[in-house]
Amino acid sequence: MSYSSLKDSVAELLGRDPRKPAPDEVSPEVKAIHQDKRADKSRIAKIRVELAEKAANKPPEKLRRKRWAVLIAVNLLFVLSYWLDIQLLEGALTASRFAGFHMADLNSALQVMLAFKHVVINLVIGTVTVFVLWWLLGGRTFCSWVCPYHLLAEWAEMLHLWLAKKKIVKDHPMDRRMRTVAWLVFALLALLTGYTVYETISPTGILSRALIYGPGVALIWVGLLLAFEVFYSRRAWCRYLCPIGLTYGLVGATSPFKVRYHLSSCFHEGECRKVCLVPHVLDTVILGRARGLEVDIGADCTRCGRCVDACPTSSLTFHFPGSGKAGE
Amino acid sequence: MNENVKKAKRRTSQKARRRFLRSVLYGAGAVGVALLGYLPVAGQWITRLRPPGALHEEKFLAACIKCGQCVQVCPVEAIRLADLDEGFGVGVPYIDARAQACDFSCDGLQCVLACPTGALTHEVNYPHQVDMGVARVVNEAQCLAVQGKGFRGQARGADFTGKLRYAEVDRWNPIPVRDHPYDLDLCDLCVRQCPIEIRIAECAAGKPPSGDERQCPPQHAIKLEPIDDTGRKRPVILDGCVGCGVCEMICPVEPAVIVMDSSESRASSKGLRA
Repeated sequence: MSYSSLKDSVAELLGRDPRKPAPDEVSPEVKAIHQDKRADKSRIAKIRVELAEKAANKPPEKLRRKRWAVLIAVNLLFVLSYWLDIQLLEGALTASRFAGFHMADLNSALQVMLAFKHVVINLVIGTVTVFVLWWLLGGRTFCSWVCPYHLLAEWAEMLHLWLAKKKIVKDHPMDRRMRTVAWLVFALLALLTGYTVYETISPTGILSRALIYGPGVALIWVGLLLAFEVFYSRRAWCRYLCPIGLTYGLVGATSPFKVRYHLSSCFHEGECRKVCLVPHVLDTVILGRARGLEVDIGADCTRCGRCVDACPTSSLTFHFPGSGKAGE
Repeated sequence: MNENVKKAKRRTSQKARRRFLRSVLYGAGAVGVALLGYLPVAGQWITRLRPPGALHEEKFLAACIKCGQCVQVCPVEAIRLADLDEGFGVGVPYIDARAQACDFSCDGLQCVLACPTGALTHEVNYPHQVDMGVARVVNEAQCLAVQGKGFRGQARGADFTGKLRYAEVDRWNPIPVRDHPYDLDLCDLCVRQCPIEIRIAECAAGKPPSGDERQCPPQHAIKLEPIDDTGRKRPVILDGCVGCGVCEMICPVEPAVIVMDSSESRASSKGLRA
């Protein structure tokens, strides 16, 4: 059995900092492993060797490439479906029809429901379909595998990290509770004003429509967000503000698909946390923090797989019930 | 030593305070930018002709999920999506009638059927039930019929890309207006191409669209009314007008003699005529 706590997972999704495990939360078996690792003097040396090897011979980020291919393919399917008039995936990311079957982005649907205060059956069908889909696939999986802004933000992040290395820019982290506040504010605004206020600035909607129906001045807003992330705060939109991310995070909180951490093989070198969009979900990889031999990564995880790629000891894996490695 | 710890503590708390402050500023900034979207709506900077079945403006903006499925199904590509300069209206569909009006050549109101949220109300089934707006004659003196003139040639010139469905040419496919030149002794393009008038004529001839009697409009939408006995006539908009914009699109005069007015029609409308 792997360790997971829905309460902590959701609390961290909403912005609470991860908490260190209380002594009684950790089984003697796991405690013993923590102690052995602390006592193992060769561990640091092993990490050095391993990191030196990695630096000399940079492994390809296979999952990242696959994920980009999927993200581009999904968005391209929208574009080609319209351009070539093959009617396979009609509409945009906010709402669409796949082979005639309704789908609705959960956050867009929520905004419409709150603003319009009336729900037609097609929207119910679309919302339930997408809810089940993303619950199965892991909620925020939408973010890293589908959202076009995520891809641009990843490229902006590369630039940010490069500039940060040259000491030209500096990351200004923010309070993650901001996203929960923003989510509530946008939900309340939709309810009270009767307008889908968030949709006005949603880079996901703006980009999806720009790809399908052609560019417009709305792209300037997306450009400003990216510039903000490059020069001021790393991945600021996805990390601290986007209500879509929180909506899908909540949907996927109990998802069967997740990233799983395996304590025994971990060297605790922290490579995963360096690449992670939401490093707080990987708090458990810090030596002494794991509460179980295997730990399920929390709801804020986008299942992007960068940690899986980055981990030199394969201590982080994708997990789906009944699937290979971690099917204990 | 103690001093240093204190200093470090002060620095940490200062850092935390700064972090909190910039988070609040960031959040407030994003919400503020989003709320700016109210300005073009409240100020009615741009009024738009909306697709068939559109609820009245406020409800329409609330209900529309900004996906553009209506855009994709329109056979004459009349529907476009608004840009960010329309604030809360960004991504919301509209029709620029002069460039491409809705000529109901889909018969079945495809945009209405495509709408996933009911922003285009599913209660409209036939073109004559639609309430997009109403045509207004704005510069009557320029009207060719008022001047007693005919019209010969391409209604909007060789460069105009707008389309109409001419049932006598092709029942199923709209063709560019420029491919269908006219030769008229007295210009009556606005009446001749009116989708409501066309349907009324088809019904009178015993051939309602798709053989469906319910497609027959109960009221006329536009007529040419004699001014005097010299043969000059003026266009008069009637109660059956649904605001589709075809008369505005086809009018060969620049600027058009007739324009769409969507300001009143949908003001109390549930997206269809009572």
